[in-house]
Amino acid sequence: MAAQSHGGNRFIWQQAVPVLFGIACLFAVVVLLEILIRFGFINRFIVPTPLDIVGSFGRIIVDEHVGSRFLLTFGEALGATALLTVFGISFGVLLHRVRLIRLATETWIAAVASAPLVLMYPLFLVIFGRSALTIIMMGFVSALPPVILKTLEGLSSTRPVLINVGRSFKLTPSQLYWKILFPAALPTIFVGVRLGMIFALINIVGVEFLINFGGLGQLVNELSERYDLPGTYAAICFVILVSVVFFIVTERIEKWLRPGA
Amino acid sequence: MGGTMPSNPSVGSDSAGAATQPLLVVDDIYKQFETAEGPVVAVDHVSFDVAPGEFLSVIGPSGCGKSTLFNIMGGLLDGYDGHIKVAGETLRGPHASVGMIFQEESTFPWRTVVDNVAFPLEIAGMAKAERLDRARHFVELVGLDGFERRYPSELSGGMRQRVSMARTLASEPKILLMDEPFAALDEQTRLLLGDKVLQIQQDLKQTTLLITHNLTEAVQLSDRILVMTYRPGRMKRMVEIKLPRPRSSEIVGSDAFGHYVAQIWNDLREEASKGLKDDEARRGGTRR
Ligand SMILES: Nc1ncnc2c1ncn2[C@@H]1O[C@H](COP(=O)(O)OP(=O)(O)OP(=O)(O)O)[C@@H](O)[C@H]1O
Ligand SMILES: [Mg+2]
Repeated sequence: MAAQSHGGNRFIWQQAVPVLFGIACLFAVVVLLEILIRFGFINRFIVPTPLDIVGSFGRIIVDEHVGSRFLLTFGEALGATALLTVFGISFGVLLHRVRLIRLATETWIAAVASAPLVLMYPLFLVIFGRSALTIIMMGFVSALPPVILKTLEGLSSTRPVLINVGRSFKLTPSQLYWKILFPAALPTIFVGVRLGMIFALINIVGVEFLINFGGLGQLVNELSERYDLPGTYAAICFVILVSVVFFIVTERIEKWLRPGA
Repeated sequence: MGGTMPSNPSVGSDSAGAATQPLLVVDDIYKQFETAEGPVVAVDHVSFDVAPGEFLSVIGPSGCGKSTLFNIMGGLLDGYDGHIKVAGETLRGPHASVGMIFQEESTFPWRTVVDNVAFPLEIAGMAKAERLDRARHFVELVGLDGFERRYPSELSGGMRQRVSMARTLASEPKILLMDEPFAALDEQTRLLLGDKVLQIQQDLKQTTLLITHNLTEAVQLSDRILVMTYRPGRMKRMVEIKLPRPRSSEIVGSDAFGHYVAQIWNDLREEASKGLKDDEARRGGTRR
C-alpha cells in the first residue's frame, strides 16, 4: 500500500514537472519581452508590453464582449471539427477501401492540403452568404485534406498480422473494420483531426477577419483598425485559448476511445 | 523426395480408433510466389496428416516455406495446388476449428489482457460477464493471473506471446497451429513456455501443429517431427519421437533426447548449409 501511494506521488510529480516547467518558460519569455520593450529594444508602438496586454483584458471583456465572441468562434471551430471528423474520416475510409479512388485522388488531396484555400472566401460568400455558415464551411473545407490523408495512412499501416488474427477468427469485413483496423488507426486519425483543427481555426479566424463578421477574428480586425494594440493582442490570447481547449478535449477523447497508449 | 509417408501417427496414449480419422490432412500442397526475379517455389508437394490429440512439429531452415504452409493451413493464403482437409471438410478460407498463433507479436495494444483473451468470445456473441469469466480461466492457464487489467505495452515479450496463446486457446480450436511462437524469446523463457505448452496440451488433449526451427523445442514437445528441406520446401523425413509422456523440460537432459536431437540435426545441418551457400552465392551474384 505504502509503496503504491509513493508510486502515485511520483506519478503526479512526473506529470506536474513538465507543466510547471512550461509555465515557467512562458513566464520567462513574457518577462524578457517586458524588459526588452521597456528598455527600448523593441518599439512599444508596434509591440505593446505584456503588462499593457494584461491590463486591457478587463476592457475587452466588458466593452467588447469578448466572452460571447469567444463562444461564437469556439462554436464555429466545433462545427467545423465535427464536420471534419465525420466527412474526413469517411473519405479516408472510402479511399482505403476503393483502390481506384485512392490512386486517382491521393496526389490531388495532398496538393490541395498546401493550397491557400482562404482565398476562395468570395466564392463561399456567394454560396452561403455573409454568415457563420460561410465561416464554418471555409474552415471545414480547408482542413479536410489532412484528416483524409491521416485516416488513410492510419488504416493502411495497420500491422498485417493483426488483420490476419481477425481473419483467423473469421471476422466479417465490417467487424474487421470496427474491431481491428479502426482502433489500430485511431492514434494516426487523431493526429489528422488535431492537424485539421489547427487548419480550421486559422481559416475561421482569418475569414472572420477578412469579412469583418462574427467572433474573435472580427474583434482583432476592429481593434487593430482602432490601433488598440494591447487589445488586439489580448484578443489573440483568446484565439489561443480556443486551440488549447480543443487540444485538451481531443486528447481526453483519444485516451477514452483508445486506451493502452 | 516428398513421397507419401505411411500415415500412422502414433499417439501414445490415445485409442487406435482415433488414429484412423485424421483431424488435419495436408494433401500434396504446392505453392509458388511470383516475384520480380521470377517464380519462387515456397512449398513443394508436401503431404502429411495429424491425428486427434497429436502434437506434430514442422522443422526446417529459415526461408524453407514454413510460414507459407502455416498460412495455407490457416486458410489465410490461397492460390496453391493440392488441398487441406479439416475434420473431413476441404478448407476454403479460415476455419472455425483451426486456431492460429502467429510468429510476430499479435496482441491488440488497445485491449487489456483479459479483453484480448475474450476477443474471440466477443466475436462469437457471448455475453460480457460470461466471456470475461471464460477469458480469466485462459489467462490463468497461461500463468498471467494478476495481469488481467494490464495493457500489452505494460508486459514483456514473453507475456504478450502468452496473451496471444490464451486468446487463441479461448476460441477452443480443434487444431492449434503455432508459427514459431517462441522465436523472439530467450532460451530460458522458451523452455519454460515449452513446459506450459506441454502442460496445456496434456490437460486439454489439444491437437497441435508447431512450426519451429528450434530442435530442442521440437523434440521436447512432439509426437512426430516433420523435417523440411531448404528451398524449395519439401519433406525430408518424418521422425517419430517415442519419449514417454507426460514430459517436462527436464527430459532435455536424457540420453534418448540427445539421440533424437543428434539424428535430426544431421538432416538439418545439410539443409541449413545449403541455405547458407545459397545466400552466399546470391550475395556474390549481386556484387558483380
Ligand atoms: N508474399 C510473398 N511473395 C513472394 N515471396 C514470398 C512471399 N512470402 C514468402 N515468400 C518466399 O517464400 C519462401 C518461404 O517463406 P516463408 O516465410 O514461408 O519461410 P519460413 O520457413 O517461414 O522462414 P522463417 O523460418 O525465417 O520464418 C521465402 O523464400 C520467401 O522469400
Ligand atoms: Mg516463418
